[in-house]
Order: sequence, then C-alpha cells, then structure tokens
Amino acid sequence: MPQRANIPDGQAILRVTDLVKRFDGRAVLDGVNLEVRPGETLVVMGGSGCGKSTLLRHMIGSMRPDEGRVELFGHDLAELSEDRMDLLRKRFGILFQSGALFNSMTVGDNVALPLREHTNLDDDTIDIIVRIKLELVGLRPAVDRMPAEISGGMKKRAGLARAIALDPEILFYDEPSAGLDPVTSAEIDQLMMDLSGKLGVTSVVVTHEMDSAFRIADRMVMLDRGRVLKIASRSEFEAIRDSAPSGDETTDLIRQFLRGESQGPITRRRQDTGYAEDLLEAADGER
Amino acid sequence: MSDGVGKRGAVRALGARVLGGLEYLGGMALLLGAAGRWAYRGAVSRKVRFGGRALAAQMVRVGVRSLPIVVLVQAFIGVILALQMSPPLKPYGQESQVAVIIGIAGFRMLGPIITAVVLSGFAGASIAAELGTMVVAEEIEAMQAMAMNPVRVLVVPRVLATLVMMVLLTVIADLMISLGGWAVSRAVLGPRVYVGYWDRMRDALVYADFVTGLILAGVFGTLISLIACHEGLKVSGGAEGVGRATTMTVVYSIVAIISAACVFTMIFFVYEI
Repeated sequence: MPQRANIPDGQAILRVTDLVKRFDGRAVLDGVNLEVRPGETLVVMGGSGCGKSTLLRHMIGSMRPDEGRVELFGHDLAELSEDRMDLLRKRFGILFQSGALFNSMTVGDNVALPLREHTNLDDDTIDIIVRIKLELVGLRPAVDRMPAEISGGMKKRAGLARAIALDPEILFYDEPSAGLDPVTSAEIDQLMMDLSGKLGVTSVVVTHEMDSAFRIADRMVMLDRGRVLKIASRSEFEAIRDSAPSGDETTDLIRQFLRGESQGPITRRRQDTGYAEDLLEAADGER
Repeated sequence: MSDGVGKRGAVRALGARVLGGLEYLGGMALLLGAAGRWAYRGAVSRKVRFGGRALAAQMVRVGVRSLPIVVLVQAFIGVILALQMSPPLKPYGQESQVAVIIGIAGFRMLGPIITAVVLSGFAGASIAAELGTMVVAEEIEAMQAMAMNPVRVLVVPRVLATLVMMVLLTVIADLMISLGGWAVSRAVLGPRVYVGYWDRMRDALVYADFVTGLILAGVFGTLISLIACHEGLKVSGGAEGVGRATTMTVVYSIVAIISAACVFTMIFFVYEI
C-alpha cells in the first residue's frame, strides 16, 4: 500500500479524543475516543440516535465539538480556518446516505464537478477521468443520465464515483446500504472493499446493517448513547455475536444488537425508563 | 391566568419577536458580507472562481423569464397613471403635464418598485425553492464537503445576476411606463396630452431621476436575492419547509423593497437629489 505524505507509519490518519457534543443540553456524544489507522476499514455501528451520524459530521468537519478534539491528517479540525479546512476537504471523500447528487446536473457532470472546481485539468482530461471513475463503479453507460432517472443504488454508486474523483486518502460512508435491496447492498459492499483493497483507501463506514458491517470491516466500533461501548477487530465482534449470553450487561447489549434480536438489554432498558413517572406526570397535567 | 402573567407573557413574546427580527437582519448582513467577500475575491484572484457559466445561467433565468411580465405590467402602470392624473389637471388646463408626472413617478419609483415586486415573485421564490430543495436533498452539505463554499458557488452568482437583471429590467420598465402613458393619451386623452408628450417628458426629466431609479433597482435586486438565498439555505423540515421559504421570501422581499424605497426617498429628499 502506498504511504501518503505527512502520515508517519503506524500513526492514526484520524483521531477523535474525548469528543463531547450537546444539543439543547443533552449530550449526543459523551466522550468519544477512537482512531482510524491508514488503510483500514473502520465500521461505526449503533442504534438509531446513538450519535453515529453526529460523530461522522464531526469527523468531516461540518460540526464543531463542544469539548475534545478531532484530528484529521494530524490537524485539529476546530483550529483550522475555513480556507485551510477546504484544503483538507480535497483529501477526503464522502458518500452521503442519499448519494446527494446535484439534481440539476448529469451523472457525468456530478463526477466532473470536483475536478473542474479543484484542478486545472482541461475538459478532455476531465472527461477521461470521469469515465474511469464511472467505470470503477460500473456506471459508465449512465454518464449522460440525470440523477432523477436512475435508481437509488445507481445514485449511490454515482455518489461514490464523485467521492473518489479527486483520489481521496480517506472515504467516509454514511449508511451506504440504507434503502437498498440485499443484492445491490452487497454490490456496494464489494465496491467499497475493492476501493480499499485496490487503491489503499482508508474507510470509515457508519451503518446499522450488520450483514454489510461484517463483510467490510477490519475493525468495528459499537456506539451507544454517545459513548463507545467497544472498539475491536471484526473477529472479536463475530465471537460475541456467535457466543451464548454471558451475563455481562455490555457484552449482552452488543450481542443483541449484532444479532438483531427483539429481546435483551436494549429492549429492557427502553421499557424500564420512566414509564411510571410518565404516567404520573400525564395525570398531573390533567389536574 | 392572572393579569401579571399575561402582561409578562406579552412582553416576553414581543421581546422574542424583536430578537428574532434582529437575528434575521444579522443573518442577512453576514450573508451579504460573505457574498461581497467572495465576489471581491473572485474578481481579483484567478484562483477563486464562481463560474461565468453559472452567472450567465442565472441571468437568463432571472431576467428573460420575468421580461414579458415586466413589459405587460409596466405598460399598465403607464396607462393607469395617465388616466388618473389627467382629470385633476384638467381644470387648471395642465393635462399636458401628464407626461412630466409619468416621467418622474415612473423613472424615480414605479419603474424600479413594480419591477422588484414582479421579480420577488418570479426570481426570489424560485431561488428560495431551488436552494431549499438542495438543502433537503443534502446537496448543500455535499457541496461543503467537496470544499465548495455554497456562498461562492450559489449565492454570489444569484445575487449578481439578480442585481444586474433588476437594473436592466428597470430600464425597460421606464420605457414601458412612458409608452403606456403615451398610448393611452393618444387613444383616449386627446392631442393636448399626446402632442409634444416626449418633448415635455425629456425637458422635465433630469439625470438624477433616471439614476436614482437605477440605484433603487440595484438595491432592490440585492435585497430580493439575499432574502431568497437566506430563506432557501436555512430551510429545514423537508418539502413543507421549502414551501414556507418561498412564501416568506415573497413576503419579506416586498416589505424590504418598500422599506428601502422609503428610506432612500428620504435620503434623496434631504440631499435634494
């Protein structure tokens, strides 16, 4: 794997330290610590509302932390000026949940946009690069189609082609398999693995689709209520998934999530919290 | 509920309104500052681009689409002015002054202000809807993540295009008001009004009448496009939010246009421009 500039061997490409983010006083991220190593695929998983999308937004610098730090390529994102941040943005790519293609442009123009914006390449060269990127995601025939005319899976692939247009060092994926049928979802997973395998791209994937997570991950992070419950290799998580309940609350909670079961610590916790108080309060309000 | 609570509530609600209004104005000022900065950087530095292509596309969209309506509406304004002004002038034998009134009222105020109202419905609402839809579809976020500043890529071309087209459309509007007045004079009001119509208008008008109108047009264009971009970019809550943004764009634009017209007229009056 080619080693890129200014990331010494073994050092993290992305490091999150004691990250806290509050919305209206409620901590959505409550002291998150993790690091992403060059070349690996790290899957961030957790239930709805666990803070994983918020974490992703901090990693790409679109949200500022209330406490703690996010360092990308060795730069503290909170300390960068907007111009310096833009320089950094050219070094990573993002695949948004919906693909986030610009609906007013063709698929080809969408992929060409970052090249037109950030390079001085002439139109012919850009055209060639666009076709190469689209071929990589299997979408070359759709170069002249409008986003409204293609399926959800194709939109994601086009979004991926756009994300890799500038040959990023790290790729972020927001729920890459959400809303896709199993086969299309598996195809996207294969694409992601190809990209990290062939191009040596580091990947951070936010998802709650366990099939997909176990296919693509090198390491996995389980997020719960804004905290990291466990960060470990895929095989360790596989071991938890395939084991019998252990009696340890945290492990069983992870196990329930990985297996997608309706009974377990997560469900119990949801049921316990404040039901009686809630009823009493409602009765109070009536009076 | 006791009276005290009611009063306190009212004061609090009023305070919240005032703060909300100030926050809105602050947001607009920041957006204007950012747009100005990017436009300047785009003008002086070759490294910063906002795209001539985007600017041209916006000018076509803002200007060409509004042109037929502006032509139609402004001709009607000319007709209305002539028909309304002629009877009160008649007892004094001054109907011929209709041309002068149309010229001054049209060039100074009605040309720019009616054009601005048309444009706020046409261009303003469509800009707000477009940007709002882009927000909902995560396109703005994607743009930022691709190191493309939305103010540079989206706001600057729209503001510049609206400003330029607003001024150009106002020139056409001035012409149409005068033509409308002349046509109805010719058809209805008789030779005392229409013979020498153009000469009287030309003699009465000074450069300031024309230029102040165009200054107003530029201000109106900037206001409309800034409000539209501001409303569009702060959309939240899906399709409903987009609908709300387009409505509020038109409402706020018209309030802003008329307020600005009032303020500028005061300034022109005080300095006798």
